Amino acid sequence: MAISSEEIIALIKIGIPDATVTITDMAGDGDHYRADIVSPSFAGKSRVQQHQMVYDALGSKMGSELHALSIKTSES
Amino acid sequence: MPQEQIFDRIKKEVTENDVVLYMKGTKIFPQCGFSALVANILNMLGVDYVSVNVLEDDDIRQGIKDYSNWPTIPQLYIKGEFIGGCDIVKEMFESGELQEMLTDKGITLQVAS
Repeated sequence: MAISSEEIIALIKIGIPDATVTITDMAGDGDHYRADIVSPSFAGKSRVQQHQMVYDALGSKMGSELHALSIKTSES
Repeated sequence: MPQEQIFDRIKKEVTENDVVLYMKGTKIFPQCGFSALVANILNMLGVDYVSVNVLEDDDIRQGIKDYSNWPTIPQLYIKGEFIGGCDIVKEMFESGELQEMLTDKGITLQVAS
């Protein structure tokens, strides 16, 4: 079952309210996305911690409807 | 197998081996693009690593995600520490940070000259 980029953005922004999210649909099949996420709240966190914040925001979607999501995080 | 036993087994694997890659498939026959990318990076750097094929063991396939609180495969461990999945390893490789971390931790690289 595919997921829309709007839904991904909405979920991430609920979990990380100050995030700016840009989604690229890599394959046009609603299953392979790249998310570029900029958020001041990433400051001082390791890459793993930053990505875990994103995964936490996506909750159970990650690994189920959302199989392939490449994540790029940055503070600014 | 109860989670505690699975965690013990994972802990043993990642502490007894310098570099461990939990992946779908094997070093030579990866069965997922993301796993293949990380395996190829390690192969290119000539790193001696242990790969664990999570497709052969559902306990490990789920257990590793709980162990690291990371929902996807592949997962790379260096000296017992969770380094990241495909995105992070690729980013670190491109910036040279992965090579630096490996050498800092005393792991030899045989980069083809």
